[in-house]
Amino acid sequence: MNYHWNWRIFWEPAPNGTGTYLDMLLSGLLLTIETAICAWIIALICGSIVGVLRTLPSKTASRIGFLYVEFFRNMPLLVQLFLWFFVLPEVLPNAWGLWLKQMPNAPFFTATIGLGLFMSARVAEQLRSGIGSLPRGQKLAATALGLTTAQTYRYVLLPMAFRIVLPPLTSEFLSTVKNTSVAITIGLIELTAQARAMQEFSFQVFEAFTAATVLYLLVNIVVAVAMRFVERGVAIPGYITGK
Amino acid sequence: MFANFDFDVIRRSLSYLFLDGMTFTLTLTGLATVGALVFGTLLALMRLSGSKPLVWFAGIYVDLMRSLPLVLVIFWFYFLVPYIGQWLTGSSRPMRVGAFTSSLVTFIIFEAAYFSEIMRAGIQSISKGQPAAAQALGLTYSQTMRYVVLPQAFRNMLPVLLTQTIVLFQDTSLVYVLSIPDFLGAASKVAQRDGRLVEMYLFAAVVYFAISCIASFGVRRLQARIAFVH
Amino acid sequence: MKRLHVMGLVLAAAFCAAQAGAEELTGTLKKINETGTITIGYRDSSIPFSYLDDNQKPVGLAIDICYKIVEAVKKELKLDKLEVELNPVTSSTRIPLLANGTIDLECGSTTNNPDRSKQVSFTNTHFLTATRFVSKKASKLNSIEDLKGKTVASTSGTNNIKQLTEVNAARNLGINIVPAKEHAESFLLIETDRAVAAVMDDILLASFVAGSKNPDAYVISTEAFYKPEPYGIMLRKDDPAFKKVADEATAALYQSPEGQKLYDKWLMQKIPPKGLNLNVPIGAELKKAFAKPTDSADPDSYKAM
Repeated sequence: MNYHWNWRIFWEPAPNGTGTYLDMLLSGLLLTIETAICAWIIALICGSIVGVLRTLPSKTASRIGFLYVEFFRNMPLLVQLFLWFFVLPEVLPNAWGLWLKQMPNAPFFTATIGLGLFMSARVAEQLRSGIGSLPRGQKLAATALGLTTAQTYRYVLLPMAFRIVLPPLTSEFLSTVKNTSVAITIGLIELTAQARAMQEFSFQVFEAFTAATVLYLLVNIVVAVAMRFVERGVAIPGYITGK
Repeated sequence: MFANFDFDVIRRSLSYLFLDGMTFTLTLTGLATVGALVFGTLLALMRLSGSKPLVWFAGIYVDLMRSLPLVLVIFWFYFLVPYIGQWLTGSSRPMRVGAFTSSLVTFIIFEAAYFSEIMRAGIQSISKGQPAAAQALGLTYSQTMRYVVLPQAFRNMLPVLLTQTIVLFQDTSLVYVLSIPDFLGAASKVAQRDGRLVEMYLFAAVVYFAISCIASFGVRRLQARIAFVH
Repeated sequence: MKRLHVMGLVLAAAFCAAQAGAEELTGTLKKINETGTITIGYRDSSIPFSYLDDNQKPVGLAIDICYKIVEAVKKELKLDKLEVELNPVTSSTRIPLLANGTIDLECGSTTNNPDRSKQVSFTNTHFLTATRFVSKKASKLNSIEDLKGKTVASTSGTNNIKQLTEVNAARNLGINIVPAKEHAESFLLIETDRAVAAVMDDILLASFVAGSKNPDAYVISTEAFYKPEPYGIMLRKDDPAFKKVADEATAALYQSPEGQKLYDKWLMQKIPPKGLNLNVPIGAELKKAFAKPTDSADPDSYKAM
C-alpha cells in the first residue's frame, strides 16, 4: 500500500489557528455530543407525547400519533434535514425565512430540530410497544382505583414503560449520536466533518478517519456503561428489569 | 407560497431522476440487501457457533459497525475499497473500483451488522427441539441450518428484514456526500444547477415518502397474515 | 474478475510482443494498457472547466483538455480502443480517489499549489485564478475585513476554504465559515441569504454570478486572499511516464492555435446549458504560460514580463 502514514499529524497545528488537528477533532466531538443531547431532549419530549397518544383509547388521538410516526419514519433523515434547511425558509413569509436563514448557528438549530423530530418517531414507537407490553391488569386496576387517564399514565403506566424501554432507548440515543453526522450536509462541523476537513488540509485520510472512528467508539462505550448503571439504579427489585 | 413554483423543472428532469437516479438507488438497495443478508446470516451463525474466535470476530465486527455513523463508513470505504481489492488480489496497485461497486461494498459491510442481529434473533426464536430432531435424523450441522433452522428463522423474521430493507433504501441517500448520482444526488444536481431547491427537494421527499409508505404498508399486511397463519 | 485479469495479461503479452524492444510500461500507463480503460474524475459545478450540462454529461475546458490527453495516451500505447470512464469527484474526495486508483486524471478546477504538489502531480497550467469573495451588492461588503463576524460559505476541500481559514485565524476576524459540498452549493448559500459571502476562485464566482437569476445583484471583491494561482489537470505522483505523455499532449495543445481556440470556446463564447458567455479574455500571464507551458506551482513564476 503506497500510503504515507503519519500518526504524528494529530499534534501538528491545524490551519484554523486554534490549535492542533487533535483539538480540531475534539471540538467536532464536542459539537456532536451537544447536538445529540439537544436533539435527544426534543426526541424524548415529542416521542413520549406521541407514544402516549398512540396508546390512548381515543381513535383520533391514536390516528394522529400514527400519522406523525409515519411522516417522520418514511423519509430519509438527509431529505428531512434538506426540507428544514433549504425548503422551509423559502416557503415561509419572506421576513421569517430571512430571520431563519441569518440566525447564527443555523446548521446547529436545524440539525437539532430535524434530528430530534426524526428520532422522536422512533422513541414514540419504542414507548408504545413498552406500554403495550404491560399487563392489561395494570391499566384496569388503575381505573378501578378511580385514577383518571392522566393519572394512570403518570403514576402507573409510564414509570413502568420507561423502565422497560430503557435499553432500546439507549440504543436510540446512540443512533442520535451517529445520525448527527448526517448534518455534515447542511454545514454542521461535527466530528465526521472535522475528520473530513483534517483529511482535506493534511491529506492524511486514514489517520483522520481512524481517529474519528476511535472517538465514536469511545462515546458508544461510555454511554453503554453509563446506561447500565442507570438501568441498575432505577430497576424495581423483583420486576422485569430488576431480576 | 407556490406562486413561483416551477413544476416544469421536475418534468424536464424526470428521465434523469428516475432512469439514472432511481435505478441507481433501487439497484443498490436490492443488491445490498441480498449481500448484507447473506453476510449477516454468516455473522449470526459465527456468533452462535460456540467457537471462541468466531464468536469474538462476529461480536466485535457487529459492535464496531453499529457504533459508527454510516456517513463516516461511506467515506472510509470509498477511499479504502481499492486498497482492500489490491490486498485481496495481490495486485501491485490499488484496484479500480467504481462509485457503484464501492457503495455496494460499503452498504453490504455496514448493513450486514444489522441484518446479522435480526437473523440471530430469528435463529434463537427456533425451539431447541428442532435442531435436536434434525441431528437425530442424521443431518449434519450445515444441513440442519440449511434445511431446518435458517428457512424458519428467515420466515419468522421476514417482516423485520423487510423493515430493515426500507431503512437501507432510505440510507442509500447518504451516498449524496460523495456526489454520486443516486436519486437524491440526481435531484440535488438539478436543484443546484437550476437554482430550484424547493421544487426538487420537495419532490424527492414525496417520492421517498411514497415508496417507503407503500413498502411499510405491505410489510404490515404481511405481518398480519403471518400472525394469522400462526 | 479473474477472467478479466487473465485477458489483461494476454493483451499485455500481445502488446509486448508487438512492441518488441519498447521499454516496459509502468504505473498508470501499464494499468491503462492492461485494462483498456482510463478513468476521468469530473466535477458537478466547476463552470466552465468541468460541470454537468443539460444531459448530465460532464463538459468544460478541463474535460476537453483531458480528452486530448486520452488521445495521446491511446497513441502512445498504440491501442485501437480506449474506454473512457467518468467518475464524479468533489473537492474533498478528489485527492484520495486519485491516490487510491479510482480515477486516473482529475479534470476539474484544481489549483496547483506547493502543498498539493507533495501529494499529487499536475500537468501544464491551463488557467490562473485568485481566491476572492462574492456578496450581494446590497450588503456592501468591500474588503475581507468587512466579513468580520459574518457567516461566509466556501467549498470544503478547496484551497479557498483553507486560505479563508488561515486569514480568519491570522487577522482574528471571527468569520463563521460554512463548508459546502460543491461550488454550486456554496453559491446557493449566498443566493438564498444563508451566508453573506462565498469564497471561491474568482473565475468560478464570475460564472455563478453570470448564471444567476439576477447577475446585477452581486459583486465580486477586488481584494483577493492570495496571488492568482495556476489550475492544472491532476495526476498521481511519482508516475513520470504518464506525466510525460500528459505534459507533451497539453504542451502541444497550448502552443498550437487550438489551445487558444479551446480557451475561447469555453471562456469567450456561449456555453451550455444556458448559453452563457463569460467573456473573459485570456490574460497576458496565461498567454505566456500557454506559449511556454509549465507545471510550476509557484504563483510568482507566472508574472507576465
